[in-house]
Parts: sequence; structure tokens; C-alpha cells
Amino acid sequence: MKTTTFVCETGNYHTFCPISCVAWLYQKIEDSFFLVIGTKTCGYFLQNALGVMIFAEPRYAMAELEEGDISGNLKDYLELKRLCLQIKQDRNPKVIVWIGTCTTDIIKTDLEGIAPRIETEIDIPIVVARANGLDHAFTQGEDTVLAAMVHRCPEESTEKNPAAHPPLVLFGSVPNTVVTQLNYELEQQGITVTGWLPASQYGELPALNKDVFACGVNPFLSRTATTITRRRNCTVIRAPFPIGPDGTRAWVESICDVFNISPIGLKEREDQIWKSVEDYLDIIRGKSVFFMGDNVFEIALARFLIRCGMIVYEIGIPYMDRRFQSSELDLLEKTCYEMGVPLPKIVEKPDNYQQLQRIRSLHPDLVITGMAHANPLEARGITTKWSVEFTFTQIHGFSNTREILELVSRPLRRNKALNASKEWFNFESNQELVLSNK
Amino acid sequence: MKLAYWMYAGPAHIGTLRIASSFTNVHAIMHAPLGDDYFNVMRSMLERERDFTPVTASIVDRHVLARGSQEKVVENIRRKEQDEKSDLVIVTPTCTSSILQEDLQNFVDRASIESVGDVLLADVNHYRVNELQAADRTLEQIIRFYLERSELQKTTILQKTTEPSVNIIGLSTLGFHAQHDYRELKRLLNDLGIKVNLVIPDGCEVSTLKKLPQAWFNLVPYREIGLMTAKYLQKNFSMPYVSTTPIGMIDTATCIREIRHIVESVNPNKSNTNLTSHFESYIELQTRFVTNSTWFSRSIDCQNLTGKKAVVFGDATHAASVTKILARELGIRVICAGTYCRHDSDWFREQVQGFCDEVLITENHTHVADMISRTEPSAIFGTQMERHVGKRFDIPCGVISAPVHIQSFPLGYKPFIGYEGTNQIADLVYNSFTLGMEDHLLEFFGGHDTKSVALLNQIEENDLNWSEDGMKELQQIPGFVRGKVKRNTEKFAREQGITEITKQILYAAKEARGA
Repeated sequence: MKTTTFVCETGNYHTFCPISCVAWLYQKIEDSFFLVIGTKTCGYFLQNALGVMIFAEPRYAMAELEEGDISGNLKDYLELKRLCLQIKQDRNPKVIVWIGTCTTDIIKTDLEGIAPRIETEIDIPIVVARANGLDHAFTQGEDTVLAAMVHRCPEESTEKNPAAHPPLVLFGSVPNTVVTQLNYELEQQGITVTGWLPASQYGELPALNKDVFACGVNPFLSRTATTITRRRNCTVIRAPFPIGPDGTRAWVESICDVFNISPIGLKEREDQIWKSVEDYLDIIRGKSVFFMGDNVFEIALARFLIRCGMIVYEIGIPYMDRRFQSSELDLLEKTCYEMGVPLPKIVEKPDNYQQLQRIRSLHPDLVITGMAHANPLEARGITTKWSVEFTFTQIHGFSNTREILELVSRPLRRNKALNASKEWFNFESNQELVLSNK
Repeated sequence: MKLAYWMYAGPAHIGTLRIASSFTNVHAIMHAPLGDDYFNVMRSMLERERDFTPVTASIVDRHVLARGSQEKVVENIRRKEQDEKSDLVIVTPTCTSSILQEDLQNFVDRASIESVGDVLLADVNHYRVNELQAADRTLEQIIRFYLERSELQKTTILQKTTEPSVNIIGLSTLGFHAQHDYRELKRLLNDLGIKVNLVIPDGCEVSTLKKLPQAWFNLVPYREIGLMTAKYLQKNFSMPYVSTTPIGMIDTATCIREIRHIVESVNPNKSNTNLTSHFESYIELQTRFVTNSTWFSRSIDCQNLTGKKAVVFGDATHAASVTKILARELGIRVICAGTYCRHDSDWFREQVQGFCDEVLITENHTHVADMISRTEPSAIFGTQMERHVGKRFDIPCGVISAPVHIQSFPLGYKPFIGYEGTNQIADLVYNSFTLGMEDHLLEFFGGHDTKSVALLNQIEENDLNWSEDGMKELQQIPGFVRGKVKRNTEKFAREQGITEITKQILYAAKEARGA
């Protein structure tokens, strides 16, 4: 079997800033407050990227740095204490998460040093995460926050483990309905999930110690996995991610395998899901995809789409942790082999400009990309799907297979609907324009 | 540090990028960490732009922090120059990169030695100016750069055009209804017999900038972007400029008259009376017959708007213009007019003086929301933020200024400027208020809203008790003013030390404050 090719480019690519993780994390952790310590640029990004969410009395805010903060004329400790007291008074959260940004990193604000002092003085836990664009891309913001939360998890559980197997903790932020669905899938195999990191309440953080087995549900959580292993001596279960019926089945099987349980009825469940989405598969089968890469879900999604019968030309990805994603990579290779398609090239830290040249020559049926490129590509006759939607849609587990396919097939279905009237617009005569740059 | 949830004007580099991406064949390189190129998304989404936004980030990552950018920025400039064959590359720092204190000017100098095109470093301080001020500065910087060069090369075209002509300064990407305004402006100037010499920066090539001085004068339709350039051109090329925004019937006429004065003074040979009568008859024709809004404001329908209370908030240009229209042209009472352009607050106060009860200058959206909840207007004219405040208080809102979202980039023709603009604004204003007859009928029949008042109770404080008959009476009040009446009554009851609100108290409160 041929092994996967990895390429690393210049890193001049478009993605969201990792502080965007506050958007979903503040909704997930219901009693939290996220304070992003940064500049107008960060604030402007958040208010534009999160659109209307800003108006629903969000539990996040900017601590906007002013010139006095940058030049050291104001004391960070006093300023942060003042703001946190105000937050405590107005919102009374159970935890305040400080999100460090590029600016606090460059001016070396000692957030980790200041936080414990203020924490005792105002009597609210303060978790510090550095989700900056110097080190991280988009979804990795969640990784920094969860890794910081690991330290707040209790060492020992107050309750006795009711299950016949060692305690199992799942990590990764997913909507509560997905939590229920994934818990259910494991229950079917006689596995009880002891806890989730994060839980919907800060006070419900799971106990982490050497007896605990942990398993990730999102592919961008490598720092969290490392922290759990090194600081709490937990065993992290290597598994593909529960995205698509193939991924979900492999994920459940890997967990069963660790607990010496032989899975029951999984194959039937997978087959049944595949059968139920046949209408979508008809649309996408044989079509080609190009991932420009921006949210680290790319490997798992590509693997699923190959299983659906698509051909993947390139998997762009911001950051590739080959250890944390090893099982997912193995499954990708296996899937390619079984489907009889060549292994796609994995491009780390892609260069968007170079990618556009490749898209021009390959002319894929679908490009999964950020919004910066979507409209210009569509105008050049290339069909696109906005990648961020995969982050904000429920895509985990057996039950959400339809959701992913709904997203992937939507542009193709739209094209089909519009093509019916194509000659009426005389689009053919515009083919010259396709992919010409200017 | 300040606690902030929302901001009206963006950071400085957004202004620079708006200018850079407005020109044709100009590329901007941001010295920025990953994720700061959010401008591309905004442009592509809001303007539904078909072309790739000519903005690239030269990424500042951990390696750059450790070793400095070294060759990276220079290499990125070179590469862009080769790939895109840009006439000009503008390097812009971001707030993060500006504290690194790297010598970007040095990179720019080095890159420009080998470049065929030009390379400039945007001269803006990220901690002192906002998006609008930065846009104004960057535009002036580019104009100055090219005119100084053409001066040296003696290629500047100083000879005025034979026919009266104008440069329109300040039309840029992501401007509020800017594309529509431009079309309307061009039509207006064409009707007056004035040729448009150059429009900057929108769609302009830098190589044509040497032609700027051949226009007879400059027109700056929006105060926020372009005044610095107009002043520079006045000082160095003695070009007069008009900065009266032609929004609203009266200001459009004022703007046209200012143009007439300039045209007369530049070309004194032409028979003045002819020009005067030509311009004046044009204004009269447009005002009386071509637009509908003059007649509309005199029609019976508009009578119902008389004395209705409104609040206006937005950038200086639009908020001032709309305040004046509401007060002078539609007979609406503006209880408060405000702007977030603090740097231009003196001008704003001067403009709205006499047209509103109160002026609010703030960049804090909660101050605006507080003012709205205190004054309880019948309609709000503001930005996207005020629209949401209006939703919260159940007060209709017309959007008249940036910041806006995609809904305010309409596909249809919707200028704010000129005579068609007055029609659009009249529609916007009229549709924002509850329609006159509907208003009466609702009041007469007790409203069509039969939702229980109990819902309202849940969100209010509970120190007051509504008696059964008081509640019944409250339910009779039309839905869209019920909340207001309820609040007023409760306020009244608290002031009077009353805990149980009966029908009588409700009436007493109404009488006491005319609720």
C-alpha cells in the first residue's frame, strides 16, 4: 500500500482567528464568561464573524487594549481586576476564561501569573488560554481552552464508577444533542461515558487521573490530548473521529477494543445509515473535491467523502498532528485502498495562491474553502462550499451523516437547479472567463 | 483597557485596505498574524465581489517573533509584484505588528529597488486613528505620492479641461450605498453639464492620478473619506472643493449652488446669468416635478408624521444629513441626533444645531441604547446596531449609515444622494413609522394584538402588582405602545409609592405624563 504524501507550503492561507472559539464555547459552557484580551482588530473580527450572535447578550466581551496598556503606563493587574469585578457584578459567571491574543503575547502580559491573584481576590476561577494567531489556526482555539481546562478537572471522582469498565471521558466541544447521541451509541455497546470535557456547566468538569481512559471527538484537540496524558496520566484512546457512519463505527470499535468488548450490531447500523442517504450519494458519487484547508476537520471529512465515492485531489490542512490523527490517517489510507482511488496529497500550512493555480489546472467539481475565495471561484465557474459551515453544523455520529451530505451536495444541487435554465442565460459564451485571473 | 462588546468604526488597517482595494491593480500586503485577513471575507461577502480581493497577509508567526521578519516581507512583496503585476503594493501594519516595531519602511525601500511597480508603507497609527480616519489618510498619502512624483517628472497635467469638470473623491469599497450614490452623482453632474474627470479611489488606476489637477474642482460627497485629499489639492494646486453632501432636497440644492459658484469663478468669461438661471431652473425642475418627495412631504399622508419623535445615529455625514431631512423636509421632531465620529464632533454639532433637541457623541453603543430607551422615539434611524436595539424595544428602525450587514448592500438601485436619493429616503422614513391610518385604526379598535400581557410581566421587575382591572385595561392598549405605557405607568406608580396598579392609576399616569 502506498503511503500518504505530506507537503508543507508557505502558510500564506486564509482562516479564522482562533479567538473565534469563544463563539461556540460560551454557548457550550453555559455559566462561563469569555474575556478576549486584545485590540480593536480582534473585536472587529469577532463582531463581524459572529454576526447576529453579538446581539443576544453574549457572555463574552473584549478587554480592549489601549495605547496606555501597550506602552506599559497602565498596570495589567489593576486593569484586569477592574474589568473582572465589573463582569462579576453584571453577569456573575461561574468561570471567567481569559483569551490571550497576539498582542498580549507580544507585549508579554503575564496572564498566567496575574490570573491566580485575581482569582482569589474576586473568588471566581479564571482559566487562561492563549488562542492567538501567532501559533494557532481557527478551531485550535478550542484546543487551547480545553487544554487549560484540564488543569481544573478534579483529580478524583466524588462518585463511584458504576460501569464494569474503567472510567471513560470524552473531550471536544459538541452541541448537547450530539453529546446525547454519542453517549447513546456507546451505551448500545454497554459503555458508560463518565464525563465530557467541556460539560455544559463549568462545575461538571470530569475527574481525570491515571485510571481514566479519554477519547477525542474533534481532530484538532492534540494539545488537549497531550495535556491529559502528560499531566493526568490518562490513557488517550487512538481512534478515527466519529464523523460519517464509517468514522463513527471505527470510533466506537476502537473504544470497545480498549475495553475488550466485542461490538454488536455496528456493521448493520453503518449499512443502514448508508442506505438511508443513497439519494445524496447519487449526487456526489464520482465527483472530485479540493480542500483548501482551514479548520483541521479536513482529513476526517475527506476520508468520509472518499467512502461516499468522491475523488479527493488535495487535502489542505492548517496543522497536521500525525500522532493524534494516526488512526484517522490509517483509516484514510484503508478507505482509499478499498475504494480504489489514489491517496490524496496532504498539504500542511498551504499557500492559497499556489492552491488557486492548482485548482485552475485540476478544475475540481467542488472546492471546500473559506469565504474569501468562495465568491471569486464561483464567478470563475468553480463550485464551492464554505468550509466554516462544517464547524457550525452538527456533523458527528451516525445520525448526522445526512447533515454533512446536505452541506456537501447543496452547491451541486443548486447548480442542477440553475442549469435547467442555463441556455436561457447563454452561460456557455462566458466560458472564456472561467479562471482567467482578471 | 476597556470592556467592549461592539464597535462602530473598525481598526485602522481596515480603512487602508478599503482604499487600496478600491483602486484598480493595487495590491495590499498586511503584516499580520494568521486570521487578520478577515477583510477579504467581508469584501467577498458583503459586496458579493466576483474578483479575488487584492489583499494578502504576510504572516507574522512564532518564527517571525523570534527572528524578525527578515526576508519574509520583502519576499512577499516581490512575489505579489511578479504574480499580480500590480502598479502599486501598499504594505500595511496591523495593531499587532505595529508593536513589533520592525522597520517596515526599510523592507518597503528594499523591495521597491527591485520592483517595477511602486511600494508604499501606509502611514497610520493603529492606536490613535480608526478605520475612517485611516482611509482618509491613506487616500491622501497615495495621491500625494503620485502627484509629487509627476511634479518631479513634469508630467502633471495642469491645463484645465475646456468644459467644466470635477474629481469625485472618496468613493471606496464597503461604503454605505456608495455604488448607487456614485451613479446618481454622475447623473446629476451630467445634467449640470459637468464632466467627471476622475473618481478616486474607486476603479481608478494610479497612472491616471497625474490628471487630477486638470479638473476645475473637487467634490467630496462624504466627510469621512476624502477631505484630506481635497485640502491637499487645494493647497498645492489651488483647486477649490465642495464638501456639502448632496443628501436631501435642501442640501442637494446647496451643493449645486456651491458648484455653480466655483464654475463661475474658474471660468469668469462665461455669461454668469445664463449659468445661474440654468442651475436654478434645474434645481426647481428637479425639486418640484422630478422627485416625488417634495410633494410627498406636503401630502395628507405625511401630515400624520408631524411632530412624531425620532432618534438619529450614524457616521457624521449620514446622521447630519438625515437629521436635517427629518426636521426641515418632513416635519419630524428629532429628539436626539448623534454620531460615533468623535473626531468630527464640532462639525456635527454645528450641522444639527437647531434641528434636534439633543446631541450625542459617543462610540459606545450602550450609551445609544440607553438614550433610545430614555427618549422612547416612534422610530430610529441608525446603524445595524440601532436596528437591533429597536428590535429589543419594539421600535422600528431605518438603517442610514455604516456599520451595516449584507442587507444594506442591495442589488436594486438605492442611492441616498441626489434627487433619487430623496425619494429613497422618504420611502425609508415613511415605512419606518407605523402607517398613519393603520395607527388610528389600531388605537380605535384596541389593536390586533391579542397576546396576553402576562408575557410582558415576566421580564419586568416584580415589586409592582397589577390589579385585574388594571391588567385588563392595559390589554386594551395596542401592542406596539403597550410596553411603553406599562413602563411609564410603573415608573409613575413607583414615584408615587403605589404598589397596586389599578385602572385608575393607569389613567392617572397617562394624564400625568401624556403617555
